Amino acid sequence: MSGTIEFFIDGRPVTGRAGQTILEAAEDNGIYIPRLCHMKGLTPYGGCRVCTCLVNSRAQAACTQPIAPGLIVDSDSEAVREIRRQIIEMLFVEGNHFCMFCEKSGSCELQALAYRFGITAPRHPYLFPRREVDATHAGVFVDHNRCVLCGRCVRASRQSDGKAVFGFVGRGPGRRVAVNASGGLGRTEAATADAAMRACPVGAILVRGEAYATPIGRRPYDHQPIGSDVEEGGTP
Amino acid sequence: MNETSTRRIVIEPVTRVEGHGKVTILLDEQQQVRQARLHIVEFRGFERFIQGRPFWEAPVLVQRLCGICPVSHHLAAAKAMDRIVGVDRLSPTAEKMRRLMHYGQIFQSHALHFFHLVSPDLLFGFDADPTVRNIVGVARKFPELAKQGVLMRKFGQEVIRATAGKKIHGTGAIPGGVNKNLSIAERDALLEEAEPMLEWSLAALKIARDYTLEHQSELADFAAFPSSHMCLVRPDGGLDLYDGRLRAIDADGEVIFDQLDDQRYSEQIVEEVRSWSYMKFPFIRDLGPEKGWYRVGPLSRMSACESIETPEAEKARREFIDFAGGRPSTLSMAYHWARMIELLHAYEKVIELLDDPDLQGDELLLRGERREEAVGIIEAPRGTLIHHYRVNADDQITMANLIVSTTHNNEPMNRAVTGVARRYLSGATITEGLLNRVEVAIRAYDPCLSCATHAMGQMPLVVTLVGPDGEVIDRRSRP
Ligand code: FES
Repeated sequence: MSGTIEFFIDGRPVTGRAGQTILEAAEDNGIYIPRLCHMKGLTPYGGCRVCTCLVNSRAQAACTQPIAPGLIVDSDSEAVREIRRQIIEMLFVEGNHFCMFCEKSGSCELQALAYRFGITAPRHPYLFPRREVDATHAGVFVDHNRCVLCGRCVRASRQSDGKAVFGFVGRGPGRRVAVNASGGLGRTEAATADAAMRACPVGAILVRGEAYATPIGRRPYDHQPIGSDVEEGGTP
Repeated sequence: MNETSTRRIVIEPVTRVEGHGKVTILLDEQQQVRQARLHIVEFRGFERFIQGRPFWEAPVLVQRLCGICPVSHHLAAAKAMDRIVGVDRLSPTAEKMRRLMHYGQIFQSHALHFFHLVSPDLLFGFDADPTVRNIVGVARKFPELAKQGVLMRKFGQEVIRATAGKKIHGTGAIPGGVNKNLSIAERDALLEEAEPMLEWSLAALKIARDYTLEHQSELADFAAFPSSHMCLVRPDGGLDLYDGRLRAIDADGEVIFDQLDDQRYSEQIVEEVRSWSYMKFPFIRDLGPEKGWYRVGPLSRMSACESIETPEAEKARREFIDFAGGRPSTLSMAYHWARMIELLHAYEKVIELLDDPDLQGDELLLRGERREEAVGIIEAPRGTLIHHYRVNADDQITMANLIVSTTHNNEPMNRAVTGVARRYLSGATITEGLLNRVEVAIRAYDPCLSCATHAMGQMPLVVTLVGPDGEVIDRRSRP
């Protein structure tokens, strides 16, 4: 059938549709490729590199790389796992992630990735950056200490909400997410119901009034590693 | 006499876990003990760290303050945050889940302290060989007892897990209520394990009681002194470990203040800073810094409450009060007896609560009108625990003040050690006997610094005897 593309993931022949990314096609085949900045419904961004695979022996972001006939994708070798592990560890040390009291604990994608990869303590020194909190919005609390610069809020605000509440400013280590008003989120057109407020994979953008409401044992990643839903037979 | 002309003996726990402490004994030129000081390094940095954090984080965050009574901090902060969200009275399900969690914590904490740390001293005597006078020694000579201790602690932990979600560092209490109720399956699992605990609690109580009665005259001369006492009580003066109003009594049992609203604690409790200690010294305002110190914890609760609502514990309390002659007991070592009465009470409360269908209720959370300042007070295993916060309109904590049990007992512990040093220090040599007794006296208060000892069941000590010019005369240590 035209439009069907055959390629290989970890030695296994798989098929995808033309125009799909490696990550999407893998998912349709019940293969989970770890990701952080990727979010269904938003344009691929390729920012976090957690989805890195070796594609015909070259490191590529699976969330942005389109599939092609005969591609050989290595997603589960020790070499690939080590790359991802390093990236996840760096994300931890670059911010101030105190899982032990973070309300996102148990439903945080970064934490869940660390568990999936068996990371107990990062090998790099913590940078303990000085970051701000933005408590100016009545319905949403922003804690930049936990921001991983995935840009999901930035894209969701534009693409889902038709606003531009969040945006990146600065470069390199100085890069951070800012809001489009000088007085903080409370001065923007942000609404608590905006998709952007639910897009954060970590505990950086939090809707107020929900903290710790789900008991331990019933949180998304309490019993199953992140990605299990994909691995249990693919997405509908 | 100024301090430079006194001789100093330093007793220093080696391990630096939470609440590392050391003891300095100051001698005057006649070789007499002038004063003993217990130095506890308290982690006050927390009160600054929490500034700017959202208020709902506090009950979870504060558990990291102390490795030994996280549930007490969790609940004290949650109680304060209930008020912040405008809830003065929780739903019955929420209050009972919180209480269940708290009694579970009391039970496991008292069991751990008694069996693991104290029973070797009581069963083998203070002067027994330290290589035998420890939990391993107890397990060898009294295997049943050691096993009971382990299972009792485990039971308390299971109660905590069922209510807080985890054995340590759970999230059960949230501002305005709780995040879960107790399922029938969880209830039945606990009831099944609870069966033998009554008998074991009574047996532990008997050990502590018999020990105190048999050693009455010896203990009257061991870290014993009259003092005021403070704790929460119910409106009728009965014991309440989870909630109530503050009562303080003097050494004769006369009321100093009573039914003081917990939100107004600072009208009576003032904290004094002393240059030589990081830990503050709280005192009762009306009595002033000299006379205003008081004890907290099991001994104080037994002395200041008028009744206990559960029958077995009430029976035990009456016997305790009779023993003390109807007055507050002066014995530091009577803490152990009082603690075991509370262990029994906690057990009775756990059973009573497990039988209560409110625990399966669905109304978990309430909301009211937001406040900017609130206090949460709870009777933690070690004594009164005060959490006081201010929260701005953006939900950020702007001020936190915590007065923990060990801080209330700061002056009493200093007095206990001073008493022991006066009685047992002779000459310029630190004997093993002195070392043991200093350790036993401090342990009676179950201070947070015993975190350092829970791992090995023995307080690691270094004792240094320092002469008037600062020279080391003698040194004695125990790993
Ligand atoms: S998920 Fe592919 S780069 Fe972030």
